[in-house]
Amino acid sequence: MEKIEAKEVNFHYGDFHALKNISMEIPRNKVVAFIGPSGCGKSTFLRLFNRMNDLVPGARLSGKILIDGKDIYAPDVQVDELRKDVGMVFQRPNPFPKSIFENVAYGLRVNGIKDKEFIAGKVEEALKGAALWNEVKEKLNASAYALSGGQQQRLCIARAMAVSPSVLLMDEPASALDPISTAKIEELICEMRDKVTIVIVTHNMQQASRVSDKTAFFYMGEMIEYDDTKLIFTNPRKEATQNYITGRFG
Amino acid sequence: MDRPTYPEGYSARKRRAQAAAFAVCRILSLLIVLILFAILGFIVIKGAGVISWDFLTKAPSDGMTSGGIFPAIVGTLLLMLGSAVVAFPVGIMSGIYMNEYASKGWVVKFIRLMTNNLSGVPSIVFGLFGMALFVKYLGFGDSILAGSLTLGLLSLPLVIRTTEEALKDIPAGIREGSLALGATKLQTIWKVVLPMGMPRIITGLILSLGRVSGETAPILFTCAAYFFPQLPTSILDQCMALPYHLYVISTSGTDIEAQQPIAYGTALVLIVIVLIINLLAGLLRKHFEKGLS
Amino acid sequence: MKRVIEKTVRWILTGSGFVTSVVILLIIGFLFTEGAGLFGEPVIEEGYVLAVNGENPVKEMSAEEIKAVFDEDITNWKELGGPDLAIETFRLEDADEYFTEEELGPQYGNAGAAIAALVASRPGMVAFVPELMIPEESGLNFIEDRNISPGEVLGGREWFPTATPSPLFGILPLLAGTLWVSLFAILFALPFGISIAVYMSEVASGKVRGFLKPVIELLNGIPSVVYGFFGLVVIVPMLQQVFGLPVGESGLAGSIVLAIMALPTIVTVAEDAMRNCPRTLREASLALGATKWQTIYKVVIPSSMSGIASGVVLGIGRAVGETMAVLMVTGNAAVIPSSILEPLRTIPATIAAELGEAPAGGAHYQSLFLLGVILFFITFAINLCVEYISSRNRAKNN
Repeated sequence: MEKIEAKEVNFHYGDFHALKNISMEIPRNKVVAFIGPSGCGKSTFLRLFNRMNDLVPGARLSGKILIDGKDIYAPDVQVDELRKDVGMVFQRPNPFPKSIFENVAYGLRVNGIKDKEFIAGKVEEALKGAALWNEVKEKLNASAYALSGGQQQRLCIARAMAVSPSVLLMDEPASALDPISTAKIEELICEMRDKVTIVIVTHNMQQASRVSDKTAFFYMGEMIEYDDTKLIFTNPRKEATQNYITGRFG
Repeated sequence: MDRPTYPEGYSARKRRAQAAAFAVCRILSLLIVLILFAILGFIVIKGAGVISWDFLTKAPSDGMTSGGIFPAIVGTLLLMLGSAVVAFPVGIMSGIYMNEYASKGWVVKFIRLMTNNLSGVPSIVFGLFGMALFVKYLGFGDSILAGSLTLGLLSLPLVIRTTEEALKDIPAGIREGSLALGATKLQTIWKVVLPMGMPRIITGLILSLGRVSGETAPILFTCAAYFFPQLPTSILDQCMALPYHLYVISTSGTDIEAQQPIAYGTALVLIVIVLIINLLAGLLRKHFEKGLS
Repeated sequence: MKRVIEKTVRWILTGSGFVTSVVILLIIGFLFTEGAGLFGEPVIEEGYVLAVNGENPVKEMSAEEIKAVFDEDITNWKELGGPDLAIETFRLEDADEYFTEEELGPQYGNAGAAIAALVASRPGMVAFVPELMIPEESGLNFIEDRNISPGEVLGGREWFPTATPSPLFGILPLLAGTLWVSLFAILFALPFGISIAVYMSEVASGKVRGFLKPVIELLNGIPSVVYGFFGLVVIVPMLQQVFGLPVGESGLAGSIVLAIMALPTIVTVAEDAMRNCPRTLREASLALGATKWQTIYKVVIPSSMSGIASGVVLGIGRAVGETMAVLMVTGNAAVIPSSILEPLRTIPATIAAELGEAPAGGAHYQSLFLLGVILFFITFAINLCVEYISSRNRAKNN
């Protein structure tokens, strides 16, 4: 069974048909990249996997999205339980106005874990996993805002990983960062791939080709092509994909 | 370390906590709505029977135990007008200066600080000040003039702030466009900026009138007369005013039985004025917002 | 020509820009000059003296002691550092008890001499009489008079500005009344204010919010006399029944009315602050499995804390300065309150209630301006507080 399956997904914002009949399968513990020009629906599609679009007024979904074979839009699914298992990293670093430690501990606390030792251990593990531990271990109680942008984004990754999700959604996680920070994030993605299924939205094609196993190309709300990353970038089957990756539009 | 073992049932528990918290918020919000309606309803029900043509157009009589409140209505309208004459021009000019002329820096910061402070000054302090400056020092005596000046100063911060905010939201490009056509700064402000900001400025002005209509403390010692049945003939006359009338009639009345209905009627008229003003401002705002989108 | 107009207009506008600053300065100036005059007033009513027997060693008495003596709370000179001797007080009104009409003479012509003789003959007597009445060389001692000191005003526990021979201007009961009422008002308003702000910004649908917003605005627009009137005819009798009070006019009635009045300020500012909490922070919290409510109290409220604090402080400012409603429902007893169920009196209410009766230029009149100065500075400090909080907030957001 694949980790995530989308079946004939259609999504509307009011009158706007944002996603058109998309079906795809995302294999377990792989990295899948969504690429495409802005407004093509790739972020919208990503945010369906942890039901972040529930907050959008006037949104309508048809079709099915299954994670581990279970329909995540079924009425008996609790959104907070789902999101505990499907973490997310956003476009801009968005740490809470709290200490570094509390940022990482947040997800554990809101899900009912009170054991201080366990939390401390988990925070350390998550910060190490995000390659941030050595930089912050002396100042865990300092405000997260004291960190640089790149550090903040790695903190957000640590925060998302601390609750041990099985899926991590990344919505253009490096678009607001400098090249060095971007490289660090990409390195992290490669290290995390054996623990978690990663879906990453990016407008940076080099990034997609560097980090992902499979790539999906979206255009105007449709998924044009979905294949192994190598094939997409060397031998795309559709002309639109070809045009996009060679930079003829976008 | 392994995956954390999340406590059984915590998810349900936190959802219950959420339901409870939201219920509390909902109930308290509902309670406030009820309180407002209780106040309004109470005064409307008790006051409606009192309102009549005579009540609105006759002066009080028999030691204020019967008759109407006409002089108080006229007085309040005069004070609103007077305060508008004082506050509107100065306030609007001040707002224009703040947004269009003053160089951003300590000057603006200082003026804004002072304006905010002035808006926080209690109305009774305005009353004291008005009495010391206008009534005594400048020798206007208890008069419509002194009352209007005091109320005008009181509403000044509100006028300034709304003007400033209305102008701030006008995009810089529009000013640049006009200046690029060779218009002077003054022409740009007069012909382009002010007309665009006007609807919002007017909304603010109307609301400031609403505030003035209900103020009592500033006119206690500068203008308000306990009993002045004829209409004022000059701005140096005293006048009656609705809020002050309500105050004296409900606290220092001589014949509670006879005066309580008059108090309800006065309160109702006062509330109706406030309602009309709020409604007007609300409609104007809505109209304006529709025009924008 | 065009340039001249431009320049003139510019000057006029600049001038009006500084109007508020000028008004603030004028307020400070006028209130101060009148208020500071109080400290130039004598403790004993002007034109009067306190005459005592020539043998009496007591030379000085504070205003509070003088009042206690004439209220017969102090009955022996030894309490004032004199000999063990009962105090007898004499006021002009008592003349009939001591003298016949003949003794006083036509038009009270001999009254001065008669009183002087009386005091000289009674070692324990203190007489409060006009200075001019007492003949020279009477052999009497006079209690030394001095000016009212800031200490006895700011630290005085009794406000009794119409007392004779020496009025008392202790502001502590008024200050306590003001703070007491405002404190309770905020305690009542706070849970409501925060809940409503949370409801409006986080929970309610657009429609419900569109209904609540004008409700709050209207609540803000109702004149304070109307609140006072409503309090007087509804809340006061209700409290009297519920708590079985002798009078319903009480600090509690004032607090309830003030709570309703301060609410719109708190709600508006707090809601604004919460709505300004970035969406990305909410999403980050929700994405970690937090519920909406967890997100609100763990992220939204903490991150908009300074906005909420400004709202609360502004609400306090409004409560402290509110005059009419408080005047109408608190019962206006100038005593340091021991319970919120007792009548009490605030600074603004005192000014409003007494200025009409205080003769212009007198000590009482000046004392009310002094109250105005104190009130002005309390609210000034509150505003600076708000300014500080929100400027720090702006700095943080940048």
